Amino acid sequence: MAGSRHRFFTPLIDENPVTLQILGICSALAVTTSMTTALTMSAALTAVLMAASGLISALRNHMPKSIRLILQITIIASLVIITDLVLQAYAFDISKRLSIFVSLVVTNCLVLGRAETFAMHNPPGPSILDGLGNALGYSLILMIVGFVRELLGRGTLFGFTVLPSVEDGGWFQPLGVMLLAPSAFVILGLLIWAIRAWRPAQVEANEYPLTARAEG
Amino acid sequence: MSELFLRAIFADNLVLSYFLGLCTYLAISKRLDTALGLAAAMIVVQTLTVPINYLIQRYLLLEGAWAWAGLPDVDLTFLKLIAFIGVIAAAVQILEMTLDRYVPALYRALGIYLPLITVNCAILGGSLFMAERQYDFGESVVFGLGSGIGWALAIALLAAIRERLRYADVPEGLRGLGITFVVTGLISMGFTAFSSVALP
Repeated sequence: MAGSRHRFFTPLIDENPVTLQILGICSALAVTTSMTTALTMSAALTAVLMAASGLISALRNHMPKSIRLILQITIIASLVIITDLVLQAYAFDISKRLSIFVSLVVTNCLVLGRAETFAMHNPPGPSILDGLGNALGYSLILMIVGFVRELLGRGTLFGFTVLPSVEDGGWFQPLGVMLLAPSAFVILGLLIWAIRAWRPAQVEANEYPLTARAEG
Repeated sequence: MSELFLRAIFADNLVLSYFLGLCTYLAISKRLDTALGLAAAMIVVQTLTVPINYLIQRYLLLEGAWAWAGLPDVDLTFLKLIAFIGVIAAAVQILEMTLDRYVPALYRALGIYLPLITVNCAILGGSLFMAERQYDFGESVVFGLGSGIGWALAIALLAAIRERLRYADVPEGLRGLGITFVVTGLISMGFTAFSSVALP
């Protein structure tokens, strides 16, 4: 039980797929302009990652080594298509706002990465748990970035007003730049800094140390 | 057309305003020469795959595309994703073999980057944008070339800055990935300025 708890909790902070392993950032940032889209994207990714890990792990002994990548991608793509169609059927507005980014889960390195490194070598149970843990680690980052961007960009959370803006007679002046692409990069950069200040083990080694030069 | 081309390079830059291809963008930008190799491969593959995917979609997938075969009701749009990935993987493979046979020097230069590109979100994203925005054939050629150049420009810029960053004294926790994100944010901020420039 300790093993599975470890497997579930380490990807949240200590081995977070986004901030430490640089996996799956492609789709992570584009959908963070509001909490609603970030949450939908997280749910979609969680569903795909858990199903893909489980399926690939169940089939792992029947996959010839030479064509395993093609099989994995086909399985992931089929799951993504199903997720996309379900979203279009039940949440059409959000599906329109997510645009192509749900489809891009296919090339999300996180899904293929977990399939290749974990699900191919472990039974379905632990693989699903590993998928869930990593998906939640990814979702956590998405939600934090989405929280900052929506709160400061519009003064709302999930579309509900939290900080009344000047236009509606309140006091809060929305920061328009938070809704533009650059802010997402900077927020994620600062978030990584914060995590690494908290967990110094994640600090990268200095490849080019500065040496003090002798005077004169 | 020229407006679409310039927008694809600057204002609608795939990596800086749509966050596409970020994994490769961050991983292969430590040195300028390797970044330039990847950038060249990216332009070539993007220019090829967007128009090819346009043709696949127009003549095989969309509703009514099979009318010539007496099957006007067949709608294979749901296969779009798998078809696009297959086309990209096949195109990269064929390109690799062709280069190996006819331009070995270029093959050696691009060799290791080509397979990486198969799973690059920017390539798939370019094709998906083409489908979503309903470009015609000419537009998809221009968009493919423009977005490829835009991505190449972005990675060349970042790699050049990162080479300089070696001499900077970055705070411990920000070192590596953190500072790279902040730099990318600043480059991206510069590129948003292009979106307000009136194009000819």
